[in-house]
Amino acid sequence: MGSVLEQLINGLGTGSIYALIALGYTMVYGIAKMINFAHGDIIMVGAYVLYVTVTQFKLPVIAAVAITVTFCAVLGITIEKIAYKPLRKAPSLAVLITAIGMSFLLQSLALLIFNANPIAFKSIIDVQTVKLGNTTVSGVTLVTLIVTMICMITLSLFISKTKAGSAMRAVSEDKAAAQLMGINVNRTISMTFAIGSALAAVAGILFVCQYQSIKPTLGALPGIKAFVAAVLGGIGSVPGAMIGGVLLGVIESISKAYISSELTDAIVFGVLVLVLLVKPSGLLGKNRIEKV
Amino acid sequence: MQNIVKEKKNNSFTKKNLLITAGIILGFLVVMYLAEGNLLNRQYKSLIVPIGIYIILAVSLNLTTGFLGELSLGHAGFMAIGAYTGALITLNLNMPEAVEFIIALIVGGFIAAIFGVLIGVPVLRLKGDYLAIVTLAFNEIIRSIINFLGITGGAMGLSKIPRYTNYIWVYILVVLTIVIITNLVNSRHGRAISAIRDNYVAAESIGLKVSKYKVMAFVIAAFFAGIAGVLYGHNLSVLKPADFDYNKSIEILVIVVLGGMGSVRGSVIAAAVLTILPEVLRAADDFRMLLYAVVLIAMMLFNSSGIRTKLEESGKLPKLPKLTRNRAK
Repeated sequence: MGSVLEQLINGLGTGSIYALIALGYTMVYGIAKMINFAHGDIIMVGAYVLYVTVTQFKLPVIAAVAITVTFCAVLGITIEKIAYKPLRKAPSLAVLITAIGMSFLLQSLALLIFNANPIAFKSIIDVQTVKLGNTTVSGVTLVTLIVTMICMITLSLFISKTKAGSAMRAVSEDKAAAQLMGINVNRTISMTFAIGSALAAVAGILFVCQYQSIKPTLGALPGIKAFVAAVLGGIGSVPGAMIGGVLLGVIESISKAYISSELTDAIVFGVLVLVLLVKPSGLLGKNRIEKV
Repeated sequence: MQNIVKEKKNNSFTKKNLLITAGIILGFLVVMYLAEGNLLNRQYKSLIVPIGIYIILAVSLNLTTGFLGELSLGHAGFMAIGAYTGALITLNLNMPEAVEFIIALIVGGFIAAIFGVLIGVPVLRLKGDYLAIVTLAFNEIIRSIINFLGITGGAMGLSKIPRYTNYIWVYILVVLTIVIITNLVNSRHGRAISAIRDNYVAAESIGLKVSKYKVMAFVIAAFFAGIAGVLYGHNLSVLKPADFDYNKSIEILVIVVLGGMGSVRGSVIAAAVLTILPEVLRAADDFRMLLYAVVLIAMMLFNSSGIRTKLEESGKLPKLPKLTRNRAK
């Protein structure tokens, strides 16, 4: 058991992966008003694509990463077009069930193609462990922190500065009004899914580099935890997702180290329940007013 | 208006009930014949009990998902509570089989129902997506606590649970579940529950206690899930926390969705179909999960397409209650 600082840094590493996934949830929720349950499984797909491109096709790391991210982005758009778009006017329960179905579909396809045995995967990140005084930080954690930082800054700039970003904000504010202003709503929604899925792919790559094993259910738990992070930060809010993700990672790593590793999941979900009861809109979320 | 409704009910009371009683007895004879006769081989006979258990689970989940209109992803959690409570009772009591089992069933159901209250009350503040996630979270919390506790055997689980569950018990409990849930749904309380699903704000504004009915639906569903859990444990004779994960909840949800949300009959048929189908398609066992996924997606796309409405209007499909759009705009 390392020092508290070490646990904090580890938590920060896992937390920033959660934050990346949570960003996808939050953006999709902001725009499409739905929980994309299949989002967690995009991580798994990303991990498998990376595995195939690196070990089967023997591609260089950069190319493999690029292919993985593109593949997941296209997958995200496809899922939206096939499963969610026809249900845009349907009740939320129907959309939620479809999303759960999609998540199951991705998992069972992976199960059929790669079977249930976990595949060992050697990390593609080759960075030495860094020692700072008494605390050691593994190379993977360091790279994870840097990559997530870059992704978040880029995303924030994209959303606040570019035209496409403001289109996204407009659609999430009011779909009909955005359409009247000449924004292509369908394209904006597709773009959101693409960005969210690309971020999930990055998270997937970082995740397998950390845990070095791939299985079809790999995405389920981080997916749900990232969702908890998104809710914790206030769903629909981009900075909220980042804070929520990091916070959750730290809580998880601290409780794993000092309370009980078996109860970690219970604690993480307990946090979710608590947050929803005390402040249902999350830390940074806006209160929704019920209209008749 | 109320008088007319009451009168109508009284008229249909005797004839309908006689028919139902006859149907129940006939159904029992059929099940007995299937279980004891030579019509089925052992593989299919062993499916009778699981079908019954899934019917109880699906019908009770239908109360929350179909009639109340709230997605609950924690049904396997209630089932786990019932299963473990029941198993611990029969493992530790030294009483005659029937007495022990009845106590296990009742206590298992009640403990699950108490957890239903514990979960139902805080969950009241939420609805829709959030509520679904919290129920999922509770399922995971229950599972990891069972995994952690010593009395439940941790990850190894419990074994050597007496195999008390047989088709007679299952049949009686399936009938009880269906009768109670159908009666509830058709009663004043059931109409209130459906009204909350159809229009939450309107239901509240005519004075329905939304919270009360929500908790009621949750608790009753949890009670029956607990009973199904007791049956499940005493059928398999081993219990592991991993049996009651999120996938189990989804499995039950698939049954409810395929049968039609808000249709008890549909749940019964779908439970039978989805339990038998993987056995028939043994070779396609790997495709089972895929099948579930496709069923979920296809049913949702079908329900919201125009085809469903047309078929319902021409009388080829029974009409299901329409879920309201409660998505934030």
